[in-house]
Amino acid sequence: MLSVEPDILTDLPWGQLLVNGLALGSLYALTAFGIVLIFKTTQVITFAQGETAMFSTFVAFTLLTVFQLPFAVAFALTLLFAGLFGALIERVVLRHISTTTILNPVIVTVGLSLILLGAAGWIWGYEIRTFPAPAAGPPFRIGTVVVSQLNAVIFAVTLALMGVLYAFFRYTRTGIAMRAVSQNRTAAQLMGISINRMNALGWGMGTAMGAVTGMLIAPLNYLDPGMMGDVALKAFAAAVVGGLTSLPGAVVGGLLLGIFDSVVGFQVPELRNTIAFSLIVLVLVVRPGGLLGKHEVKKV
Amino acid sequence: MARWLGTRGRAAAPYGLGLIAVLLIPALLNVIPGIAPGYVLYLVSLALIYAIVAIGLGILIGHTGQFSLGHAGFFAIGAYASALLTLRLGLPFVVALLVAGSVSAAIGFLLGLPALRLSGPYLAVATLGFGLAVPQLVIWQGSWTGGASGLHGLPLASLPLGAFTIVFRTDQDYYYLAAAVLIVLTIFARNVVTGHTGRAFVAIRDSEIAARAMGVDLVRYKTTAFALSALYAGIAGSLYAHLLHGISPEDFTVLLSIDFLTMIVLGGLGSVGGALSGALLLTFLQNALTRLPVVHDFKNLYIVVLGVILILTIAFFPQGLAGIARSARLRWATRTVDRPAGAGQIVELGERSGVR
Repeated sequence: MLSVEPDILTDLPWGQLLVNGLALGSLYALTAFGIVLIFKTTQVITFAQGETAMFSTFVAFTLLTVFQLPFAVAFALTLLFAGLFGALIERVVLRHISTTTILNPVIVTVGLSLILLGAAGWIWGYEIRTFPAPAAGPPFRIGTVVVSQLNAVIFAVTLALMGVLYAFFRYTRTGIAMRAVSQNRTAAQLMGISINRMNALGWGMGTAMGAVTGMLIAPLNYLDPGMMGDVALKAFAAAVVGGLTSLPGAVVGGLLLGIFDSVVGFQVPELRNTIAFSLIVLVLVVRPGGLLGKHEVKKV
Repeated sequence: MARWLGTRGRAAAPYGLGLIAVLLIPALLNVIPGIAPGYVLYLVSLALIYAIVAIGLGILIGHTGQFSLGHAGFFAIGAYASALLTLRLGLPFVVALLVAGSVSAAIGFLLGLPALRLSGPYLAVATLGFGLAVPQLVIWQGSWTGGASGLHGLPLASLPLGAFTIVFRTDQDYYYLAAAVLIVLTIFARNVVTGHTGRAFVAIRDSEIAARAMGVDLVRYKTTAFALSALYAGIAGSLYAHLLHGISPEDFTVLLSIDFLTMIVLGGLGSVGGALSGALLLTFLQNALTRLPVVHDFKNLYIVVLGVILILTIAFFPQGLAGIARSARLRWATRTVDRPAGAGQIVELGERSGVR
């Protein structure tokens, strides 16, 4: 006798999982983009991206609740804060760290993230808060798929930021200078580009991008010092999978990981991270430079 | 065996001093008024157990140059293997300890395989993921691992010696056990890193290409470094489980992996003695911070201190405590010599580049 088993694959709400995954993936992509931006300009892999984003989001929260500023103003001020904060980190800490071994910057940025985590816990405490959403209202419906207004804002902001950054790196003198620094530091310096300034700019821009991500994630989940832990880790993985040397790679990696997370998280939520990381190791073993990155072959 | 555990030449003196210190500490604690010797000895045992992990991690990061941000994972594997073997199968402690170390080492060997193709930040991410996955798997397989609430009521550690059995009942007994294991593993680590295996590790750290050109088998030595360092973490995990008589997945967070990293950075990368002193110092610092009356929120203070230690050490003393001790020793040794400026640094550089 034939039993009628529900077909797992066709019964999944694929469309909805895809939309949710893309929204989550956009957030991973934005965070990963910040990490890759900092790596490409300064040669430093930052493990503090999540914590600088969390700290900036708390600043935004303070501006919104204590100073009662409108969302747009608080958003702009937070971006400014994050930009300066990132540049300050570069100027005060990383400029003085020898990068002869890859270990040093990793250890120092891990240290930075710990300090920011502790400081945020100290200033704002560990109670879980809700962060005001930039857009609230009835969700959009496309067929059976529901897109919340927040998700729509996430898509819009991600697309807009990607467009702006593409134009920045393609058409402005500063953007071209940053690309030059990432390609060949010595040659760029000989062309009169200040490496220090570009490093500070890279950190500022990367940190500001993290702030954007934080302000979009906080309304989706909640606000507390540990809010970026999981996201930052996934973003890191996304950056690595996409290829640390490739900005489009960060976006591709982030979106892929978001969709993966949404589909796997729907079925085996306990093993979300475990499966994600096993896949990442697999991808890296096959392509050590990531999907879109260049694998650098060292020459003697 | 004797070759691995023998001490060579000048290295014997510090071991003698260390042994005397180990034997004297309990006696001293009983004399000092106003402290609970049992609790302090428990704390010392914990520090000694962490030191075992730190020495293993030091071999991996400091000597071989392979990053790991997931050593809490190996520590957890050792702890869980030992707890499950004694609780569920009723195996004696010694067997559980050895099996826990071997299981952890085998998994370390497996994790070393992708490390053959990954370097620097890529490896850091992969090991970080490993460290996160282990507690998650433990919770997922809750039916036999005890899940989120963990495993409790582990039997006392014991050591069968021919006709009779030593049972480690008190904190002092356990302290001697932890110290004995640490001493054996310290001597073993020193002999490994000063021998040809250690020279291969250092060659890989300094330049993989040069090492290969000199005939160093990368596959063999990289996986050996991972397995060795996982072995240390696994044995320490087993000791930890039996010190606390119970474990839960919450004991093995990413923060613990960062604790281990801080211990070896503070102590000095590439130095067995450094890893040892870093572990002792950090464990006591952690405990001292919880005692400060002014602090309401210990966790925040501790992680800030941890971060500050990491940054300041890398910025100002990249060689850690071991480096400070080394330059002090050099200054002392060359104090009467009329030397041109800079000679000290040259000697120091020469010593730095060699195997310690």
